Amino acid sequence: MFGAGGGTSSYREVEETDLIFLWGSNARETHPIFFHRVLKAVNNGARLFVVDPRRTGSAQWADTWLGLDVGSDVALSNAMARVIIHAGLHNREFIDRATTGFEEYAASVEPYTLERAAHDTGIPADAIRESALAYARADRAMICWTLGITEHHNAVDNVFALINLALLTGHVGRYGSGLNPLRGQNNVQGGGDMGAIPNKLPGFQDVESNHEARARFEAAWNTTIQPKYGWHLTQMFEAMERGELRSLYVVGENPAQSEADAAHTLHLLEGLDHLVVQDIFLTRTAELADVVLPASVSWCEAEGTVTNSERRVQCVRKALDPPGQARDDIEIVVEIARRMGYEWSYDGPEDVWTELRSLSPMHRGMTYPRLAELGGIQWPCWDEQHEGELFLHARLWDEPKASGEPAPFNVVVNVEPVDELSDEFPIRLTTGRRLDSYNTGVQSGGYSSPLRRGESLDLSPEDAASLAVAEGERVRVSSRRGSVEAPVRIDSSLRPGLAFMTLHFPDEVETNILTIDATDPKSGTAEFKASAIRVDKLDVPAAEQQTAAGANVAAR
Amino acid sequence: MSVVPVTISHTVELEIDGENVRVREGATILDACRAQGRDQPTLCYGDTLTPINACRVCVVEVEGSRVLVPSCARKAEDGMVVRTDTERVRHSRKMVLEFLGSSVDLTTAPNVDGWMEEYEAKPERYGPPAPPAPEGARDRAQAGHHHAGDGQTAATVAQPVKVDNESYIRDYAKCILCYKCVEGCGTDWQNTFAIAVAGRGFDARISTEYAAPLPDSACVYCGNCIAVCPTGALMFKSEHDMREDGTWDESEQTVTETICSYCGVGCSLELHVQDNSIVKVTSPLDHGITRGNLCVKGRFGYQYVQNRPDEE
Repeated sequence: MFGAGGGTSSYREVEETDLIFLWGSNARETHPIFFHRVLKAVNNGARLFVVDPRRTGSAQWADTWLGLDVGSDVALSNAMARVIIHAGLHNREFIDRATTGFEEYAASVEPYTLERAAHDTGIPADAIRESALAYARADRAMICWTLGITEHHNAVDNVFALINLALLTGHVGRYGSGLNPLRGQNNVQGGGDMGAIPNKLPGFQDVESNHEARARFEAAWNTTIQPKYGWHLTQMFEAMERGELRSLYVVGENPAQSEADAAHTLHLLEGLDHLVVQDIFLTRTAELADVVLPASVSWCEAEGTVTNSERRVQCVRKALDPPGQARDDIEIVVEIARRMGYEWSYDGPEDVWTELRSLSPMHRGMTYPRLAELGGIQWPCWDEQHEGELFLHARLWDEPKASGEPAPFNVVVNVEPVDELSDEFPIRLTTGRRLDSYNTGVQSGGYSSPLRRGESLDLSPEDAASLAVAEGERVRVSSRRGSVEAPVRIDSSLRPGLAFMTLHFPDEVETNILTIDATDPKSGTAEFKASAIRVDKLDVPAAEQQTAAGANVAAR
Repeated sequence: MSVVPVTISHTVELEIDGENVRVREGATILDACRAQGRDQPTLCYGDTLTPINACRVCVVEVEGSRVLVPSCARKAEDGMVVRTDTERVRHSRKMVLEFLGSSVDLTTAPNVDGWMEEYEAKPERYGPPAPPAPEGARDRAQAGHHHAGDGQTAATVAQPVKVDNESYIRDYAKCILCYKCVEGCGTDWQNTFAIAVAGRGFDARISTEYAAPLPDSACVYCGNCIAVCPTGALMFKSEHDMREDGTWDESEQTVTETICSYCGVGCSLELHVQDNSIVKVTSPLDHGITRGNLCVKGRFGYQYVQNRPDEE
């Protein structure tokens, strides 16, 4: 945000803050060691607000659980902003000093009255008002979020909505106050930092507008870099659909099972001219590949760096020899380059890192020995005397005016999930993770977890009663895209009308048959969090259902 | 405006075994001893836990104090005069070690052998061990029902190992009731509260609710209890099985520090590797992110890297 894609604060600040919003995050289960910090804070007297459609394990620790309807986050945040502004609790001085666009923003939230917000979100008006006032009045306050914010068709708007609240109250750029996306995978942050996003060179240097940076990379790599944004994942699938993208090189991803609307994804992958998959397993995607490149496991069979959710670059090290013909990812890429006629000479990962430091100013001070010695370093780290930054955007508090670009308010409006509820599909399905499992289960499926109970369709007791289904009963779950069968689990943390499934057991129940590939135009993230489903008792033989699901795919 | 708050720290000066030492205000006598290079034996103390004063093996003499004080919990004060090696201290530590050694299996507790020797503790003088309790008997013990021993054998907490899941085992024959697992599971870190101390006196034991097997308890298998257990009563099942098979060999193991691949928190892992296989996972107690704690995935979720076809 404000030019750098990373969380603003450090974990240690969480323990010392006065108020925490966990928004669309069940950190208790998905980021358990981060949640230890939240618990320290709570036990020290901090107030915890959890915004989540489900009354999750995290919500059970909250002072206030704001159980909103899936996808109504903007309605809630805009209404909170209105409450804050009407109470005169917005930080006028900070707004003048450090931001732009306040007047338009204030006008844009005006229609979001408490009555309307209560209607749009399903949260009692009093709870919205109290939460807003508490956030504005806290000396220090943090907003932390996860995929409950970003796996929506309006993901970026949702993030803007949270940033707006922080700008309104000055809860950013200070110790103990900030905005923190908790990354879902161990190197999501590092992938972005390293330029594995279509619009940035390593170190968040814009590929279109930062001519100086582009020239630096061109000189180092002795090549020409097109000043043009590439495609993100979703745009790649759209390009496959148009027939423009014919070959794909997949490294460490399992899109055949992890993408929304799985049947459609499979169809596109099968239609490619050439598919290369580099992975540690023969995943479902790898099974479709023309060439499979067996790779070593990045965190224990290879060396390198990863970056965590507090922007800390950390070293991973080799502890095991990889099996069979598996090779280090860098080695594989270098070998492919060689066969394409480029003689890259890399003497191991430290060599790659040293090159990165020479090209990415925010990593310049992070030598390998310093990374080891300091237990990782938080970017930016400008030189070898710099210990890295505990929190970002302190510049916004510079006197008398924020230095650098002011932080803009972004007007956002509430837009309901794309997959509308209807008489035919009356139940809102949301997806997420469980404590002991991870993504499509490729890794977590390998160990015997005493907590694991497989996939289920989690239903509220009320819905289970009205559907006359019992715990453990297999039912047919259908969306506008297809059907799956799953056993019912009755979960009292769900409100009527809300169902939950994970993506952990795609070989058992392929949840992504149900999910919608409606994506955010800016981030490319699909709306995994909101599908409209119908639940039917199993009266019809399974074969007929599959045919129905197949017909749905064929119709696309 | 935008600075990191700095805590002004005062220091105190005290005397330990005739030498002056200055430590920050709030430091314990143990911290001061360590700063001076005179480490004290500890069992129930954990760097990352609130001191609980259960084991009494770290006791020292403080001038003016009627009783011995636990150095791990007592804060150092200006002008305090501490003695760590007097006859009284040595005698007390010897008794503690003998009582523990005669009633608990300390074979997998690091450092204890050295302390036994240093304090001339002879647990065997309490007689041969009484027969172990049958499975579950200690879990059912009622307060007040404990019968005094016959004077010929040493009462023990010996009982069969509890193996009820694939992640970790509970060998309460090795439990000294130090409470560290309870604290790690409770308010100090995990806040899951799956275990507590049940029973009274010699029948006191660590227990889940109603002594339920772990899979039926509130346990979330973070293993943060194993991380703080000082005696090996709580142990990775992998380590337990290898010890049973006689294949556990720490001299053949390497420990490599890396970062967990699940989620984006960035927990530091120490991979203990023997014969190119991970045999257990720990995290450094002084690590800024984890403070030695992990979740079920980080601690036990590594198996996928070694489910190798040639081994199946």
